[in-house]
Amino acid sequence: MISVENVSKSFVLHNQGAAQIPVMEDASLTVAAGECVALIGASGAGKSTLMRMIYGNYLTASGRIMVGDLDVASATPREVIALRKHTLGYVSQFLRVVPRVATLDVVAEPLLHTGTDRADAHAQAKVLLTRLNIPQRLWSLSPTTFSGGEQQRVNIARGFAFPYPALLLDEPTASLDPTNRETVLAMITEAKARGAAIVGIFHDQAARDAICERSVDVTAFTPQVAA
Amino acid sequence: MTPLLQVDAVSKFYGARVGCADVSFDLYAGEVMGIVGESGSGKSTLLNCLAGHTPPDTGAVRFDTRADGLRDTVTMSEPERRMLGRTDWAFVHQHARDGLRMNVSAGGNVGERLMAVNARHYGDIRGKAIDWLDRVEIAEDRIDDRPTAFSGGMQQRLQIARNLVTGPRLVFMDEPTGGLDVSVQARLLDLLRGLVREMNLSAIIVTHDLAVVRLLADRLMVMKDGHVVETGLTDQVLDDPQHGYTQLLVSSVLQV
Repeated sequence: MISVENVSKSFVLHNQGAAQIPVMEDASLTVAAGECVALIGASGAGKSTLMRMIYGNYLTASGRIMVGDLDVASATPREVIALRKHTLGYVSQFLRVVPRVATLDVVAEPLLHTGTDRADAHAQAKVLLTRLNIPQRLWSLSPTTFSGGEQQRVNIARGFAFPYPALLLDEPTASLDPTNRETVLAMITEAKARGAAIVGIFHDQAARDAICERSVDVTAFTPQVAA
Repeated sequence: MTPLLQVDAVSKFYGARVGCADVSFDLYAGEVMGIVGESGSGKSTLLNCLAGHTPPDTGAVRFDTRADGLRDTVTMSEPERRMLGRTDWAFVHQHARDGLRMNVSAGGNVGERLMAVNARHYGDIRGKAIDWLDRVEIAEDRIDDRPTAFSGGMQQRLQIARNLVTGPRLVFMDEPTGGLDVSVQARLLDLLRGLVREMNLSAIIVTHDLAVVRLLADRLMVMKDGHVVETGLTDQVLDDPQHGYTQLLVSSVLQV
């Protein structure tokens, strides 16, 4: 489902003496449907960078990134938007929403976007929020004022609202208590069971062992700095 | 699929000065495009060329008209262009007073655009005006008040109601949230996002506020000195800017 082939990337900082920072070289990775692959490596090794490249959030200098039939590395913005709508979901570490929008609408949005009618989308959002232990009295409030853990759970509910065939998870279990962590792990397992291809970053070793088939160490893709 | 708007090498010069130079892009139905850049970068000049307010010196702006498909709006006759301006196009000005009639009631402001497309039944027009005032969160009992009695945020929402009442397909917006305080801004952004999705609107939004484009725009175009220096998916341009000027712009935003 997801296939990364010989991908490289460097950042050029024009306003800081045109410093060129190579961050990734010859990265390759494949994830089949129903499989969960963990990205591992020290902080700064490029786990999130690789994930953002797969999502089309960062440009790719060379190589191919196939998600389904689309090469994200060479796709037009319009194609990437369509891919994100129907195929590729992303749960980031931080929730980013329009202020003043109710939590229920935030979670239902991916469903509304893909043509589910309002009542149905809200019903599904309620099921997810209940499962993730967000108290009902908070549903009509904007999540911007929630605690870190609550925001993270709203973010997860939103990411799992639409059954994307491919999912990117950036630290989905960080800042969660044990009960909610179990719930999230169960949701990931269910997503795998319905055939989703998942790439995840988990600092939580036990979570990684529980749900991931394989780990890929991104340190292998970090360019060696010439001394 | 035919694009709704096809902009082909549009340039506008003020004497020897460059207004905007060689701008091309396609916009499809339901897409929102943001144009950012500092003051004087040519964003508003470009928007005015696209909306038919200023004729560009060279280039074509083709719009997918309901009757005849793609037509160049630069070379079409003035009456045809004006017809587009009050049916399929809408223009939201930065200052609401430029887009409203300040000495006509709120209901009259919304109704005028309906009458311009041949609505004649007073009851229907008033009913529609009430419906739209409600959608932009203006209380029904303010319908007979003049916009001069409204706050800045309310004026801006009234301007949006007036523009959208005829069900346009393409909306041009020039700094729609400029000059509004942040709480009003958030409310307006939420409103615009909802309307864009419900009505499958396409929009071109000129702003210098990067947070606004991140929330509203699918695609982003960065301008400097009349030239487009970078285009792409909004979050990609903001998170992984390639051009030196975009990097400067993104890194200059103050964190709250």
